[in-house]
Amino acid sequence: MIKVEVDMTKCQHYGQCVFEAPDIFRLNSDDKLEYTAEADDSERANIEAAIDVCPMQAIRIVE
Amino acid sequence: MNHPVVIVGASMGGLRTAESLRRFGYLGPITIIGEEAHKPYNRPPLSKEVLANEVTHEAVAFEERAATADVNWVLGTRAVSVDQEHNTVTDSSGMVHPYSALVIATGLRPKRLNLANGDLAGRHALRTLDDAINLRAELTPGADVVIVGGGFIGCEVAATAAKLGCDVTVIHHSAHPMLRPLGTELARQMQLRHEAEGVRFLLNRSVVGVSGDSRIREVQIDDGSSIKCDVLIEAVGSDSNTEWLESTNIDLSDGVLVDSAMRAISTSGNIIPKVYAIGDVARFANPIFDDVPRRVEHWNIPTETAKRAADVIVAQLSDDEKFESLVQEQFKPVPSFWSDQYDIHLLAFGSLSLSDTVTLVAGDVTGECVFEYHRGDQLVGVCGIGMRSVVQSYRAKFI
Repeated sequence: MIKVEVDMTKCQHYGQCVFEAPDIFRLNSDDKLEYTAEADDSERANIEAAIDVCPMQAIRIVE
Repeated sequence: MNHPVVIVGASMGGLRTAESLRRFGYLGPITIIGEEAHKPYNRPPLSKEVLANEVTHEAVAFEERAATADVNWVLGTRAVSVDQEHNTVTDSSGMVHPYSALVIATGLRPKRLNLANGDLAGRHALRTLDDAINLRAELTPGADVVIVGGGFIGCEVAATAAKLGCDVTVIHHSAHPMLRPLGTELARQMQLRHEAEGVRFLLNRSVVGVSGDSRIREVQIDDGSSIKCDVLIEAVGSDSNTEWLESTNIDLSDGVLVDSAMRAISTSGNIIPKVYAIGDVARFANPIFDDVPRRVEHWNIPTETAKRAADVIVAQLSDDEKFESLVQEQFKPVPSFWSDQYDIHLLAFGSLSLSDTVTLVAGDVTGECVFEYHRGDQLVGVCGIGMRSVVQSYRAKFI
């Protein structure tokens, strides 16, 4: 399992991550980011892509 | 031993190229040459958080990953020339770097105004972390700040400076700030919101001169008037950093012309083996829109072009049989950008400035809203204030 962490003090809800890892990240009905903190290893590449595109560099994989 | 992949430009695009090379399985040496002393950092905060707060390189630096821990960083050093016959790059210290593949990621630099008295103190442009740190020191409450250029950077800086208590004037060459990308209705609305925050606009105007003793004190406008100025910020577009390539046969007519595999194209239209370009400086056709090569200065383009180039380079270096089919694949990244000004969040996909018609499709322009941008019958972009879920739902239409 992979643990995902988003620093919500940095996150500005741009939602760029949603396109890279749609099973992990989503915008809720208030346009705020929600995410699944534990992911299967098969999601690693998608999560890394989401980390790359985060404008605020707020996403981390906790090893 | 094989020569390194040499990446020139130590910004986000250069870093993402190195990371992607590793991700696609390249285990060999990588050299990154960069003019700035800093390792790659995130630029979007420079016009906002970095101007408003005490921010260090550490706070905006990209996290370093284990896979790229062995990259050879050559920082504080410019590449000055390329020898295409011997496949080498020479840097400003005289060091010669042989390459197995060369990635041009030198990006852009701000255009500067051509002014008599141009050496007066108080002139700024904003591209690098050091630019932002220097500018921040001068954005003191009550300072008369004049911003030339009402594009996205100019308007973001205007918003930040206004919030810091500066007295802000934006001088812009057209009828509204951000007019060309946003269209009249949205651009006018953004202008009104800036004016409500105390920002003044001098529209359809340009700067013809500056005056002062050792520092700028006044700016002269083309209508014959003058305004007070303590800090002049020049946000009038960018030039490509391609001078170091002038002795090559690469087509440098606007940035670096590349094919859909990010391979550089010569002035006679031929693919140049082993030479690639990515990011703001790369000019490529995007089949989402048409077959006209364009440079794209949007957030996601360095990352997308870096991945594309790295995939192709790994196939090139390993003589992979898939190389020929890989380079023929379409490359059509959806341009994505945003801009934050005060509490206004603009989010856009596509290429707004290609449009000839702009239509409000959701919400109210005085509140949250979404506009569609069409060129003829073709949807070429979408932009909204707020309503992110609606704007995001459009992205799939471009894929």
